[in-house]
Amino acid sequence: MSLCSGGGAPGAAGSGAAGFGSVPDAEAAVEVLHLRKTYGTTVAVDDVSFSVQEGEIFGILGPNGAGKTTTVECVIGLRVPDGGAIRVMGLDPQEDREDLHAIVGAQLQASALPARLKVGEILDLYHSFYREAADLGEIMESLGLAEKRNEYYRSLSGGLKQRLSIALALIGNPKVAVLDEMTTGLDPQARRDTWALIEGVRDRGVTIILVTHYMDEAERLCDRVTLLDRGRIVAIDTPERLADRAGVDKRVRFVPSGPFSDRLLTGLPEVRTVEHEGEQVIVTGSGELANIVILTLALA
Amino acid sequence: MSIHASLLPARTPRSAFGKLLESEAKYAWRAPVGLIFGVTVPVLVLVILGTVPGVNKPVKAFGGLTYFSIYFPILIVLALAVLSLISLPLHLANYREQGILRRMSTTPVPPGWMLAAQVIINLVLAAVALGILVVAGTAGFGLGAPKAPGGFTLALALTIAAMFAIGLWVSAIARTTGGASVIGQLLFYPLLFFAGLWLPREHMAPVLRDISDWTPLGAAVRSLQSSMLGAFPSAQSLLVLAAWAVVFGVLAVRFFRWE
Repeated sequence: MSLCSGGGAPGAAGSGAAGFGSVPDAEAAVEVLHLRKTYGTTVAVDDVSFSVQEGEIFGILGPNGAGKTTTVECVIGLRVPDGGAIRVMGLDPQEDREDLHAIVGAQLQASALPARLKVGEILDLYHSFYREAADLGEIMESLGLAEKRNEYYRSLSGGLKQRLSIALALIGNPKVAVLDEMTTGLDPQARRDTWALIEGVRDRGVTIILVTHYMDEAERLCDRVTLLDRGRIVAIDTPERLADRAGVDKRVRFVPSGPFSDRLLTGLPEVRTVEHEGEQVIVTGSGELANIVILTLALA
Repeated sequence: MSIHASLLPARTPRSAFGKLLESEAKYAWRAPVGLIFGVTVPVLVLVILGTVPGVNKPVKAFGGLTYFSIYFPILIVLALAVLSLISLPLHLANYREQGILRRMSTTPVPPGWMLAAQVIINLVLAAVALGILVVAGTAGFGLGAPKAPGGFTLALALTIAAMFAIGLWVSAIARTTGGASVIGQLLFYPLLFFAGLWLPREHMAPVLRDISDWTPLGAAVRSLQSSMLGAFPSAQSLLVLAAWAVVFGVLAVRFFRWE
C-alpha cells in the first residue's frame, strides 16, 4: 500500500492508458477501468482508465466537451456508466451510493443551493448530514465565509458561491474530494488562497480529484494529471512532463493589427512562448489560449 | 477492500432530518408560495361565500345544518389541491431546475427525506388553512361538527394521502417549474370542477356526477359531505381515494429523480 503524499509521480501508470492492467488495484483510493458513457449517439467518455492513490491530487485536464465532468460524475455516482467499472475506496458508486457519499465530498458545476437560505444555515445543514463532519468554524474561517454567514445565498457573488461550494465539499471530512473547476469564477487572490487550502486538505491525507482548465493550477497542485480529449485519455503523467510534451501546447497564429509588446502576452499564465515569423505572431500555451490572447490584445 | 470497509463511517444521522425540516420550513416562510396561495385562496372563497345571502341559514333537508356546512368540504379540498398540486410540485421542480436536488444527491441524505420534509411542511400549511376555515366557519357561518366524525376523519386522511400522492407524482415527472406549473394546473381545474367548486355535485348531470365519483376530489367531497350529514362514507368513495393514493404514490417513488 503506497500512501504517498507530496510531489512526485506515485508508482505505476506511467504515460497513457496503455500501460495499465485490467486487474483492479485494490489499494487505490479511486479506480476507474474502461469507463464508457454515451448520451444518445454522442460518446462522452470512451474507454477511460486511471487510478488515484490515497493522498494524491489527481488532475483531469482537457478542453470543453472532453468528458472531464462526465467522468467525475460517474465516479461520484451521479451518472450511470454504460460500461467499465469504478471503485472508490472499495465502493461501487451505483451499488453503495449512500456509503460512498458519506466519504466523498463533491463540488459540482451546474448545482446550486436554496436562494433564500443564509450561508450559515446552509453550512449548518450540510454539516448535520455527516457523522464525522469537519469543524464548522474552521471550514468557515479557512474559506473566508465566517463574516458572510448571515447573507442569503442569492445575494452572494459568483466567487463567494464558489467558495461556499468548496466548503460543502469538504464539510463532511471526506476521504476523497472531487472538485470540478473549483477556481473558475474566482479572482487571482481567491484562487491562490484556494490552492493553499487544497494543499492543506491533501496534507491531512485526503485524496483529491481536480477537474481543471488551467495548466498552472494543475502544475501547482497535482501529483499526476490525465489529459482528456473527445472522451479519450491522451496522456497520464506528472504535470511537468506533460507540459514539456510539444503536443500539449496550443498554438495561436495571427497577424496583429499593430505593434505590441511581447511582455503583454508572456506575462499571462496561459502563455508559454511568443514568436515572430515575418508579420505573423505565433503564441503557444495552454488553457483558453486563443480567447485570452485576443482579449488581452483588444484591451491593450 | 477490507482496508477500506473499516474506514466507513455510519450514514447520515437521523437528527439531520430535523435540520432539513427546519431549513425547509424557513424557506417556506421566506418564499411563502404555499402560505399565500394554500391558505389565502380558500379563505378568500370563504369570504366571498359569506356575501351569498342565506348561506348560514339552517336547512331542514340537511338535518338542520347550514348551506355552509355542506360547502365546507369543498373549501377543504380547495386548500389541499392548492398545496398538493401547486405549492409542493413548484417548490420541488424549482429545486430540481436550480440544481439544488443535484447538490443534495451527492450527500448521504436519502432521496426520500426532501420529499418527506416538503410533504410535512405542506401538511402543516393544510392544518393552518383548515384551522382558519373551522374557526371562521363556526363563528360566522354556523358550521357544525360532522355528524359522523370517524367517517369524516378517515375520509380526510385518505383525501390528503391521495392528493399528496398525485402532487408528488407531478413533482417526480416535472423537470422544470414551467412543466410543474402546467401539469399541476391541468389537474387542478378539472379536479376542482368535479369537486363541485363551481357547479355543486347535486346540480351536475348524472353522467358528470358519475365521473365525479371516480375522481379524487369528487370522491373526497362526496365522502366528507355524507360524514357532515351523519352517514359513514360509502365504501366506493373511500376505495376510490385509497386507489388514487396507492397508484400515484407508487408512480411518484418509481419516477422520482434528483435531476
